[in-house]
Amino acid sequence: MTLNAAVAVRDLQKTYGKVEAVKGVSFEVSPGEVFGFLGPNGAGKTTTINMLCTLVNPTGGTAAVAGHDVVSARDEVRRNIGLVFQDPTLDGYLSAAQNLRFHAELYGVPKQLVDDRIQQVMEMVALWDRKDAKVMTFSGGMKRRLEIARGLLHSPRVLFLDEPTVGLDPQTRSAIWGYINKLRLTEDITIFMTTHYMDEAEYCDRIAIIDHGELVVIDSPEALKASVGKDRVQIQTGDDERAIAALRERFGLDAAVHEGAVTFAVASGEEFVPRLFAELGLPIKSVSVARPSLDDVFMNYTGSTIRDAETVSGNEWMRAAARR
Amino acid sequence: MSSEAIAVVIPARSAGHDLRAIKIVLHREMLRFLSDRTRMLSMLLQPVLWLFVMGTGLGSLVRGSIPGVDYRTFMYPGMISMTVIMTAMFSAGSIVWDREFGFLREMLVAPISRASIVVGKCLGGAIVATGQGIIILAMAGLVGVPYSPTLIITLLAEMFLAAFTITAFGVMLAARMKNMQSFFGLMQMAIMPMMFMSGAMFPLANLPSWLHVLTVVNPMTYAVDPMRNAVFSHLGVPDAVNAALNPGVQWFGWQVPVGMELGLVAVIGAVLLGVGIIQFRKAE
Repeated sequence: MTLNAAVAVRDLQKTYGKVEAVKGVSFEVSPGEVFGFLGPNGAGKTTTINMLCTLVNPTGGTAAVAGHDVVSARDEVRRNIGLVFQDPTLDGYLSAAQNLRFHAELYGVPKQLVDDRIQQVMEMVALWDRKDAKVMTFSGGMKRRLEIARGLLHSPRVLFLDEPTVGLDPQTRSAIWGYINKLRLTEDITIFMTTHYMDEAEYCDRIAIIDHGELVVIDSPEALKASVGKDRVQIQTGDDERAIAALRERFGLDAAVHEGAVTFAVASGEEFVPRLFAELGLPIKSVSVARPSLDDVFMNYTGSTIRDAETVSGNEWMRAAARR
Repeated sequence: MSSEAIAVVIPARSAGHDLRAIKIVLHREMLRFLSDRTRMLSMLLQPVLWLFVMGTGLGSLVRGSIPGVDYRTFMYPGMISMTVIMTAMFSAGSIVWDREFGFLREMLVAPISRASIVVGKCLGGAIVATGQGIIILAMAGLVGVPYSPTLIITLLAEMFLAAFTITAFGVMLAARMKNMQSFFGLMQMAIMPMMFMSGAMFPLANLPSWLHVLTVVNPMTYAVDPMRNAVFSHLGVPDAVNAALNPGVQWFGWQVPVGMELGLVAVIGAVLLGVGIIQFRKAE
């Protein structure tokens, strides 16, 4: 276990009765990283994050956050982490500034810094002009922004964000990502997040995919996409039936019609295209090649899409493409 | 926005930090109470209803049977304790509310002891309830109780003690409760009998023995009796009337002194607070 890792987890386990929610996961997050934790519902994401936040005690293994053990140095861990939960934990009857002040006092932020720091984090999420408004008058997006500001108030080493953008409109989602990206520049912080949105996972430096309580894979988004290996190729022809038949006969590829085009998966699609034109024996009107997305990665490793976590059989990759 | 982040370094946990946590939990209770106009109004209305509607109505029924003292005067200390107790219970209930609306989680994940949350809540509840009691103290003249400084100070101190103990009781009940309905159900079930058997509404003298036993084992009796004793000591009623309406509590014929009654309430409050903190530690 590296001493200076922001999060270091070794063989972490949690069982509830006979149910093994987390079956011994090990990983490390380096300081300054934005680390994405992905998995279908019920995969063990929340249980893991709760153990790291000292809300749940592990039944086996060890975990250290900011260099402190989550069981033996609970208070130390708590002092060094910021938390933004899926469900709001604000007091709607208090103003935005009062909510932050409450947090500052609870965390023992030095008195001479409290006012300045409150202003700084509220300006960061563009809520300073609403500081005296009661939180119950805020929209969902504003509440989430305020929670992020609050999570940062005590300058945590590690910020945990559990689904920070779930249920928000696309505009607010991108605004929140704007704040998170800004954070990496202004604060010396590690971000540990879970998300359901694959397009957001792209922003992470590294991603871990967890399924059935086990860590399936951990790597950068680029490396993960490369590991899937296959590109998606779509062609437009005059006769789709014949094109599909030809693809099977000459290249041994399984193709199907999706989004009005004959679609198939192939390794290094760009190099395949000249062969396709030469050997298909049919006129091709247009062709497009797409790199695998993180959705494809997720499908590849868990056998389901992240949104519904359904078990998909057969050509999983293709069906995931069809869903989009 | 300033480009350089203000680096906050949180000092290690200390008694001063826990004290700050207690203060802010308490401060929030005050803010919540002061911002809730409906609650303030209902608190103002409640004692008026009890004292002047119930008191006057029942008083006309029993007029003459209490020589020399208006029933409302008799009921006055009982009403103080009732209002204080209700308010304190409500304050304790806010823990359940906090849990339902998620705010409790913000407190539970903070690097502070559970005890400071519970102590802050209990002090907050006690102060709000005492504030409520001040409104009734202001009405003393209307029911023939003199505005004596010693009486007011005594009553305030006794109110605070009673309110703290009841809030601790409420917090203990609320520590594991998941929703408001069940808390208020339980609260009614616990508070009503305790209130009826405390001597808040009738004197403790000449009761049938079964009821006498119930009043003696009821902890609330020991919160109500010192208040009545304080009020009656400032009324100047004949000894016979005092003996009938303000008999105090007797254990097997032994008169329990007021100081001991108050000590008992304080001990019960401390025990309930301890149990509440333990319950709170277990609940996650």
